[in-house]
Amino acid sequence: MNSVLSRRALLAAAAAFGMLTVTAAPSSAADTIKVGTFLAVTGPASFLGDPELKTLQMYVDKINESGGVLGKKLELVHYDTAADPNKAVTFVKRLIDQDEVDVLLGGSASGETLAVMPMVEKAEIPYISFAGARKIVDPVQKWTFKTPHTDTMACQKIFEDMKKRGLTKIGMISGTDGFGASMQAECKSEAGKYGVDILVDETYGPKDTDMTAQLTKIKATAGVQAVLNPGFGQGPAIVTKNFKQLGLNVPLYQSHGVASKKFIELAGDAAEGVRLPAAALLVADKLPDSDVQKKVVTAYTAEFGGKYGAESVSTFGGHAYDGLMLIVDAYKRAGSTDKAKVRDALEATKGYVGTGGVVNFSATDHMGLDLSAFRMLEIRNGDWTLVN
Amino acid sequence: MLGEFLQYLFSGLTSGAIYALVGLGFALIYNASHVINFAQGEFVMLGGMGTVFIAAAGVPLPLAGLLAVLMATVVGFALEKLAVEQTRNASVVTLIIITIGASIFVRGGAQVAFDKQFHTLPSFSGDTPINILGATVTPQSLWVLGITVVIVLLLQYFFTRTLLGKAILATSHNPMAARLVGINVNAILLMSFGLSAALGAVAGILITPITSTNYEVGIMLGLKGFCAAILGGLGSGFGAIAGGVILGVAEALGAGYISSEYKDVIAFVIILAALFFMPSGLFGKRGTDRV
Amino acid sequence: MRSVLSSRWAGLLLLAVVIALLPLALKNNFQFDIAVRIGFNAIVVIGLNLLIGYAGQISLGHAGFLGLAAYFSAITVTRYGWPPLVSLLAAAALVGLLAFIIARPVLRLKGHYLAMATLGLGIIISIVLNQEAGLTGGPDGMAVDAFTIGSFKLVKAREWYWLVGALLWLAVWLSLNLIDSPVGRALRAVHGSEVAAEVVGVDTTRYKVMVFVISAVFASVVGSLQAHYVAFISPQQAGFFQSVEWVIMVVLGGMASTYGAVIGAAILTALPQVLTALEDYEHMIFGLIMMLVMILLPKGIVPSLGALLRRVSSKAEGGK
Repeated sequence: MNSVLSRRALLAAAAAFGMLTVTAAPSSAADTIKVGTFLAVTGPASFLGDPELKTLQMYVDKINESGGVLGKKLELVHYDTAADPNKAVTFVKRLIDQDEVDVLLGGSASGETLAVMPMVEKAEIPYISFAGARKIVDPVQKWTFKTPHTDTMACQKIFEDMKKRGLTKIGMISGTDGFGASMQAECKSEAGKYGVDILVDETYGPKDTDMTAQLTKIKATAGVQAVLNPGFGQGPAIVTKNFKQLGLNVPLYQSHGVASKKFIELAGDAAEGVRLPAAALLVADKLPDSDVQKKVVTAYTAEFGGKYGAESVSTFGGHAYDGLMLIVDAYKRAGSTDKAKVRDALEATKGYVGTGGVVNFSATDHMGLDLSAFRMLEIRNGDWTLVN
Repeated sequence: MLGEFLQYLFSGLTSGAIYALVGLGFALIYNASHVINFAQGEFVMLGGMGTVFIAAAGVPLPLAGLLAVLMATVVGFALEKLAVEQTRNASVVTLIIITIGASIFVRGGAQVAFDKQFHTLPSFSGDTPINILGATVTPQSLWVLGITVVIVLLLQYFFTRTLLGKAILATSHNPMAARLVGINVNAILLMSFGLSAALGAVAGILITPITSTNYEVGIMLGLKGFCAAILGGLGSGFGAIAGGVILGVAEALGAGYISSEYKDVIAFVIILAALFFMPSGLFGKRGTDRV
Repeated sequence: MRSVLSSRWAGLLLLAVVIALLPLALKNNFQFDIAVRIGFNAIVVIGLNLLIGYAGQISLGHAGFLGLAAYFSAITVTRYGWPPLVSLLAAAALVGLLAFIIARPVLRLKGHYLAMATLGLGIIISIVLNQEAGLTGGPDGMAVDAFTIGSFKLVKAREWYWLVGALLWLAVWLSLNLIDSPVGRALRAVHGSEVAAEVVGVDTTRYKVMVFVISAVFASVVGSLQAHYVAFISPQQAGFFQSVEWVIMVVLGGMASTYGAVIGAAILTALPQVLTALEDYEHMIFGLIMMLVMILLPKGIVPSLGALLRRVSSKAEGGK
């Protein structure tokens, strides 16, 4: 009996593999360029992955309608990592070995990007990440590029602004997710350079429901002139509300992790007066006409907002837009789908105007943005305003 | 100093009341069926997200809330009727896996039917904080605390004074005997799933103005509610409330006085310590093993 | 007795044949990757099945054990240059010791309370791994050096396949032997009725502790290997979802069935890869499949199908 059982069991195992083999996609036809992407479409970072995927799908369709790239259609292959690096590794293996993609985009979070980078380097495929951490491009890896600003730059932009306002003694409250923890560490190491003292350093879990305890501690710390909250998701909205509830009357700084209208909606009145560094995309309509980014950010806002609602326009979708357009631009300049040539063309990108800023890649810089790409914004009357 | 302590306490009570409401849902279903319903957090999500989306369709807010509670109740009925009732003789672990499957299913459905963004609802009576001895509390927190107390009193009345409530209790003690005295055990089970779903949905609506909501919010709330129910002692409604409040207050005091990094660890250590000395939770029934 | 023995060897032989022949059906690195991950999960689940299926004790914290071992190996090998095999053994010894120490107080608890306690322990471990960024790299995780034995470096999924395949076979063999030993009989007694078992003189606690430690060591070995295989670790691997997933594998495959554990691991590891084609509906369908399997086959896939088979064959015999 037992043996019959186990035989059946093993047959079932073989069948499971059979299913896997059947679903194996045929290798890419010569008249398409396969764009592989792995994003955190669900899970704790879904507010990154969701607009990123929607953006990619929307613009791949648009590009194909207008004739594709180098006369070839783009084919988007995408998988949902739920922000788990372990899953990302398997999916990138699938993209490389089974789907045989020509180029890789994505990794919504830093962890998943860092996990797959060694594999991508070995496979020698041009790769653009949408994640923030500085470690992704420092030191520079041959095949890996990224579109968002680093958290280090966000810290610098914030400290610059604080210094201008004469705020040098601050409190920090950071999320313990990858984004919050990474930015917390970067800000702590940057603070000294701007003469900023961090008097109190608190954290909260990304799914916590109340942060008044931590903020009370900050409130009780004598001499705190401003508070900085690195974090993403709903956490910063709760921090902002609790901040107001406790009557903390010092300036509150948020990070680029909350850069969508959604934040203002969630935090409501409490968001008034909050400052944060963000890409020009958020203030598309308020940019002077002379601004080089005006055209591209207005177009993206109109197209994405038109399809998914104005409040869902975020800089995260913008990172995906920049990634796709950078790679398309590289294909056009390379005039070929040869991976090495595309990579070289990508590295030679100069003066590309995207939603995140003006991108100049080089052999030593695979992010290509400087601090000018960040704008300091303040929330007034439920809307973003530019601070100079 | 007193102001700070009170603030930590209020913070803890707010979170604690949220955990308690979710924990109460676990207790209700456990009472009737001895099933731990890991889809309890999804009812909370359905309450909040349902209200947001029904209101967005143009329905007035109070009515939208009511409809969302009804929707969650229907899902609760369906879970009992289509899944739990079909596997009556299965082991408890099998039933638990079914509820985990249900929670993945409901979450997956919500992701398609609603969206993946965060949403919020306006507070019931404004956002002006109330000052008490140097600490502040928002009106919405008071709503959460107040309604938790009302629900506890109602349940207390229901289980000790009404025939239906007593029937549920009888079923939980001995389903066979309950059936023999003419209690329709299936109907009781259906009731308890519906009631618990409705309760979860109400909790979801109450807390959305404080925490905001999205399709995945049920995971963490479900986990905390489970902790509350276990700490208090399974099957004890009062225990679930006490467990939730202790958990919330421990987290807040831990974050305030010890370390915000390790506040969740502090909470879990307290739970482990409590279970070590009281293996059936604070107010659980001391079980004797049958041979 | 003899027939039981021989059928055990028939099963093991068949498993060996499947492991040996499967590579013929695998086309690329990705498919080998899935096979390797099935192997990893299956080994953990076989250990967990001993605990859940035979000793009747649930654990929602085993990912904590895996995480501890994975980080121990990662840190000692990558930062301090320990030989990977030494790290793996040291990690297994440490995790085994930890499991032994916590087993007695934890296993006094029953049912849902035990689930809560193990869940709490697992979460505490994952929070520590997440917070101690200086040591662990924090939520962004850390890179791990390749697994080497002497001068031989294990990198490709194809190479890993044979190591993991051999270990899987070994795990099944160990598990089957344990179940057929006096220990296994004592365990079944514990599962049936602990009080009754104690009355007839079985030291139930000792056996429960023993199985708890064995299952923790299985998870530990997989943790160390997986860290090297993936070449990257993050706190998610120690998270409570992972623990829950393994319990689902145990129950879905069939409690108290070693091959059920393997089947459960295979299905739940491969299924998400198949379901990606459903896009947005992926999670919904996954949940639905889970519910349907448990409703239709409440004892799990292997035992339920086995019972069905038995019924069919006895009917056929009756017809003769």
